[in-house]
Amino acid sequence: MTSPNPAAKRSLAQRISVERIVLALAAPVLAVVLSVAICSVLLATSGKNPFDAWNVMITYATKSDGQVAILNRSTTYYLAAAAAAFGFRMNLFNIGVEGQYKVAALFAAYIGAQVDLPAFIQIPLLLVTAMLVGGLYASIAGLLKVFRGVSEVISTIMLNAIAIAIVGLLLVPGIFAPKVSGTSNSIQTEPISRSSHFFAIQTDGGPLWGFIFIAVLVGVVFQFVLTRTRFGFDLRATGRSESAATASGVNVKRMIVISMVVSGAIAGLIGMPELLQNSFYYGQTFQPGLGFLGISIALLGRNSPIGMAFSALLFAFLDATGAQLPTQGGFPAEIVSVMEGTIVICVVVAYELVRRYGLTRQQKKVGEQLAAQLAAAEKKEVSA
Amino acid sequence: MSTATAARPKAPGAPAKKHKLSWPVVLLLIAGALVLFSAVGMATGNHSLTSSGQVTAALSAAVPIGMAGLGGLWSERAGVVNIGLEGMMVAGTFCGAWAGYLVNPWVGLLAGMAGGALGGLLHAVITVTFGVDHIVSGVGINLLIPGICAYVNRIYYKDYVSVGAGQNQSPPADPLPYITVPGLSSGLKDIESHHWFFVSDVAGVLAGLVTNISVVVVLAAALIVVSYFVLWRTVFGLRLRSCGENPTASESLGVNVYKYKYIAVIASGAFAGLGGAYLSLVAAHFYKDGQTLGRGFIGLAAMIFGNWMPGGLAMGAGLFGFTDSLQLRDPGSVHVLLLIVGIAMVLLALWQLYRRKYTAMVISLVIAGGMIAWYSLTDEVQRPLIVATPYVITLVVLSLASQRLRPPKADGQIYRKGQGK
Amino acid sequence: MRSTRTPGPRSVSRFPPPWPSERNDAPPDHQETAITASDPVPLRKDGTPSAGTATTAVELRGITKRFPGVVANHDINLTVRTGTVHALMGENGAGKSTLMKILYGMQKPDEGTIAINGELCEFNTPGDAIERGIGMVHQHFMLADNLTVLENVVLGGEKIHGIGAKAKAKIKEISDQYGLGVRPDALVEDLGVADRQRVEILKVLYRGAKILILDEPTAVLVPQEVDALFDNLRELKSEGVTVIFISHKLHEVLAVADAISVIRRGTTVGDADPKAVTARQLAEMMVGAELPSPESRASTVTTDEMLDVTDLRIAKTDAEGIERVVLDDISLRIHKGEILGIAGVEGNGQAELVEAIMGMLPLDGGTVTLDGKDLSGTLTRSRREAGIGYIPEDRHKHGLLLEAPLWENRILGHVTEAPNSTGVLLNPSAARVDTQRIVEEFDVRTPGIEVTAASLSGGNQQKLIIGREMSHQPKLLIAAHPTRGVDVGAQAQIWEHIRSAQREGLAVLLISADLDELIGLSDTIRVIYRGRLVADADPATVTAEDLGTAMTGAASGHIESEPEAVAEAHAVAAEGTEAEGTDPSDTADDPQAGE
Repeated sequence: MTSPNPAAKRSLAQRISVERIVLALAAPVLAVVLSVAICSVLLATSGKNPFDAWNVMITYATKSDGQVAILNRSTTYYLAAAAAAFGFRMNLFNIGVEGQYKVAALFAAYIGAQVDLPAFIQIPLLLVTAMLVGGLYASIAGLLKVFRGVSEVISTIMLNAIAIAIVGLLLVPGIFAPKVSGTSNSIQTEPISRSSHFFAIQTDGGPLWGFIFIAVLVGVVFQFVLTRTRFGFDLRATGRSESAATASGVNVKRMIVISMVVSGAIAGLIGMPELLQNSFYYGQTFQPGLGFLGISIALLGRNSPIGMAFSALLFAFLDATGAQLPTQGGFPAEIVSVMEGTIVICVVVAYELVRRYGLTRQQKKVGEQLAAQLAAAEKKEVSA
Repeated sequence: MSTATAARPKAPGAPAKKHKLSWPVVLLLIAGALVLFSAVGMATGNHSLTSSGQVTAALSAAVPIGMAGLGGLWSERAGVVNIGLEGMMVAGTFCGAWAGYLVNPWVGLLAGMAGGALGGLLHAVITVTFGVDHIVSGVGINLLIPGICAYVNRIYYKDYVSVGAGQNQSPPADPLPYITVPGLSSGLKDIESHHWFFVSDVAGVLAGLVTNISVVVVLAAALIVVSYFVLWRTVFGLRLRSCGENPTASESLGVNVYKYKYIAVIASGAFAGLGGAYLSLVAAHFYKDGQTLGRGFIGLAAMIFGNWMPGGLAMGAGLFGFTDSLQLRDPGSVHVLLLIVGIAMVLLALWQLYRRKYTAMVISLVIAGGMIAWYSLTDEVQRPLIVATPYVITLVVLSLASQRLRPPKADGQIYRKGQGK
Repeated sequence: MRSTRTPGPRSVSRFPPPWPSERNDAPPDHQETAITASDPVPLRKDGTPSAGTATTAVELRGITKRFPGVVANHDINLTVRTGTVHALMGENGAGKSTLMKILYGMQKPDEGTIAINGELCEFNTPGDAIERGIGMVHQHFMLADNLTVLENVVLGGEKIHGIGAKAKAKIKEISDQYGLGVRPDALVEDLGVADRQRVEILKVLYRGAKILILDEPTAVLVPQEVDALFDNLRELKSEGVTVIFISHKLHEVLAVADAISVIRRGTTVGDADPKAVTARQLAEMMVGAELPSPESRASTVTTDEMLDVTDLRIAKTDAEGIERVVLDDISLRIHKGEILGIAGVEGNGQAELVEAIMGMLPLDGGTVTLDGKDLSGTLTRSRREAGIGYIPEDRHKHGLLLEAPLWENRILGHVTEAPNSTGVLLNPSAARVDTQRIVEEFDVRTPGIEVTAASLSGGNQQKLIIGREMSHQPKLLIAAHPTRGVDVGAQAQIWEHIRSAQREGLAVLLISADLDELIGLSDTIRVIYRGRLVADADPATVTAEDLGTAMTGAASGHIESEPEAVAEAHAVAAEGTEAEGTDPSDTADDPQAGE
């Protein structure tokens, strides 16, 4: 009675998974639609035709330069999301991605300017430097949590602010910046050596960053480690229930430090596409806010490597095409931030509702099925 | 009922010994600190740390931090972690400056609170009604509200350039009044200028408290006191706190947990909004993007530093406001502060020696040595270090005293009605 | 599963519970049963058993409550007369707690009516119920640790005497009146279990409740404290308070109740007069059909030592810097094929002992040796790999990933072992296949292995855990409260699994709050009290009552009951066995509540 025939079993599994997919997709799609609706209203109230704005954005996305801009941006965004998601998967809120990537990029830029080795050594050296610095900086929060019981949320918030101070302290003439700065007003490191430049693919729309392959690789490794290795199982188990993981033999303290370091190491990569492919130096104007953006993208992509790829593309689309708004029709580019904010808020609510609905629904289903089995068994007994 | 057996392996007869600072001790410590400041001031000839100007600046800087912290206190006492304070503060800066310009700055303050409260309401809907993780919601709010404000700022103030609005900022609002106690202020300043040992320093601090103080500073101080009474001395406060400690128990006694959580989080947003309005109406007279500079987070830090208590929060806000204001002072006075901290650590080490806590003593001595060496080997302190001070202090406090900190028991936990055991 | 009882040292006998009971001296009358049938539910119309008056305090009619997938209550009818102690009995998971939550306004019934003192009421919140004079002492204490006793008591009832000095005076007055010994200014955090329960009762009295619901009040108390509680209940009754007393401990109910209602599978099966009904009849009402009973068996204890724990010591330093000794020089030894039972009131160090052996708590001293291998310094994972199987006390917290599918739960705890992984890589397909095997072999009732663990019932979750732990050739099985919150059918299966583990030569460490389970299963019993093993006993020569005494710390050393008492206990049990072929106290006395 406990082993129903395989056919019935498979059909149940299928039904559940189809339903799951529908449920999983419903939430983000709904969030995006809602957000577009809200922003349309906002634009309309300011006297602009929202459809013109969407038109500007979509038109830009159909052009090859727009597409390259989106892909390049999404490379950075994907890394930021992966960094945050790695912590999230074990219920570790690494709010500190923001600080980690800044410090890491600063050090990598400094090393890149000081050292000039052949590219096949130079580039790995810079990537490792960035990952090491990011990981080390993140490890502070991990160690504080493990040994002193300090919530990683609070400590990483503090460390974000401290990171800005560290950059301010080091990025001064005589330390990381050249003694006599050039004509520019802003203080910045010396440009990294030629050999540090990462390859780019020349397309009609301009150079497509080769770093996109690194991002894909990070995603593949991320997925493989989580679903196919013992370490990944331990990590997910800890994320689902720390107490159960402890009892099952997971060394949770070690896991916290490791995940924090890995998360920080991925965060170290966030600044690399920009540094190795675009600006070639670290300056005060280095893009801020990527850490929090990464958290949002991870939330939207449900911390899954595939989901995050889509959400990174979506956010990159919004940001890249949004930048066209002021020049083409005088729409304020800030509408994009509003969209991103509403998407995130809507999606977290939607996911929570879907999760709860799915759980009770399955409980109910299992209850019904068992009752049906029992009834069938009793019937059999009676007839026998 | 027999009391023969205690069914828990807690050591019997172990009375809860709490090291609570009593008022005389606090006053004594303050006096001691003043003596130290004044002695070092005498020795180095730099009296600016206890000057009235420094105290006034510190107080002004403490207000937004304190209000954000008060917001955090309300919300977390009801069990909702609020890292969206930063976003709610931004709402306060925007609404404050807007209504401050259109009507008057008093209405601006109210509008700032209302703007923050709206942010709080959003946080409450997401976390309390929908049961989303508090941190996630906070991150979302910190993304959404500044976005909205920047957007409206961009489209709205274009038409106000003629009245003083900038490309990216609101037109200036009228200032709010400042209070100077006549007579007392000038008298104290007179004493201060003589640089008499201790007396002048006390006079300097007092003069700072009565000279050129914005009414909002007074209002903020009053709000902290009022919050203490409301939260710890009223039925409402008891119920609210119980929701942060054990919401299921509160529910079982007929307390509407959702209601209190909602009120707390909305109030939390309102306080953060007031802190924001202070920034755009008192510290500056206009709104521009990115005005809060992470003060919502420092407020959260001040609240944790203060152990989730209003008094501690006020102390934390004062301390962080002091370091915040140091950024604007001359580097020399900050340098003197190194020596003061060094000497204070030596004194602490002596106290620890008396209490026979030798490891702590060694640590204190090492820090003291480092500070004094730093003082003697350098001439100034880099500005970024001063900026980072509140955050470093919070991290140190958290890592050294996390055992003594008492956050509300159910803080950050998601509560669903009727699902308690 | 009927068996003829073979009296003797190795016979597994289920004694009547230790609770002092006035009902014991009156020989039960088998012919004149006072049970008023079961179907359809007839309510006793004749005179009330004892102190009752003619008025009705509570009347529930046709209460039905559905949860996703289950019907917790179905057409429940209950009439409680004013000024009586009315016991509501039922197995774990029978729906008692749900019913009381409905009566207390914590949950709304889908159907049915509630009448208090003859008036129809509708409760949306506990506040509505409190207004009607209903008070509830929950099984899990509803206290805020960081608040003072005063604050906890006045919370929600601030209008009565304010929250200041007047309230404090009133608390002292009530405390003195009932000898509760409650200090209003103490932090609840600093109180022990018994003190907390007194605070809970005071909370209800403070609100002037006339109808008092006690949900499993004795689960956390030692027998002596139970007596004191019952004295209190009688006192309350004499002042006109109506008490609804939820329990599944037969003898407690017979000792204190004026009327009994029994619930089974979410519906009322009948009322009984405690003056005339026997424990065995009550038990049958609760369980419905025949009771499972343990079989007699031969000793499987060998002389090969499997687990050797010496001088285990754990001290925790609390926030005030005071050291609290949790485990104090614990030494114990379990041989192959031996079940060692640990008796003790909850919170005396059992949980810590298990966690210390599992490597989840750092030791301050002592060694843990398994099969000659010193495990003292090793981590939990290597201890599991060394052959410790673990059935945790709280399976939701320590045994399962509730939102993960069954096959992932099968991996949990054994991720490094075959078939779950090879090298550092997982092997999900092998794990799935093996999960299917466990589901079949251990009779886990589930529609498939892809459903989440949360969707299974407690008994099936527990069987999955046992199947998992038994699948890795364990040498030692730690079973902490293995039948807690498990339905009767699964309970018997779980006992059988533990016995078969023993037959296979495993050493078993059994922690249970159910003295009958302990006496029934164990080869040796040790008593833990305040972190020390204070006494030991042979299950064949000890009564549950004497074991209960040792659990309060009142006795130490080797406990051996008066032979007459043991014989009497055997006789009482045997009488039941002869008369009905099964033993009532078997399952009915499981003191642990389900939810």
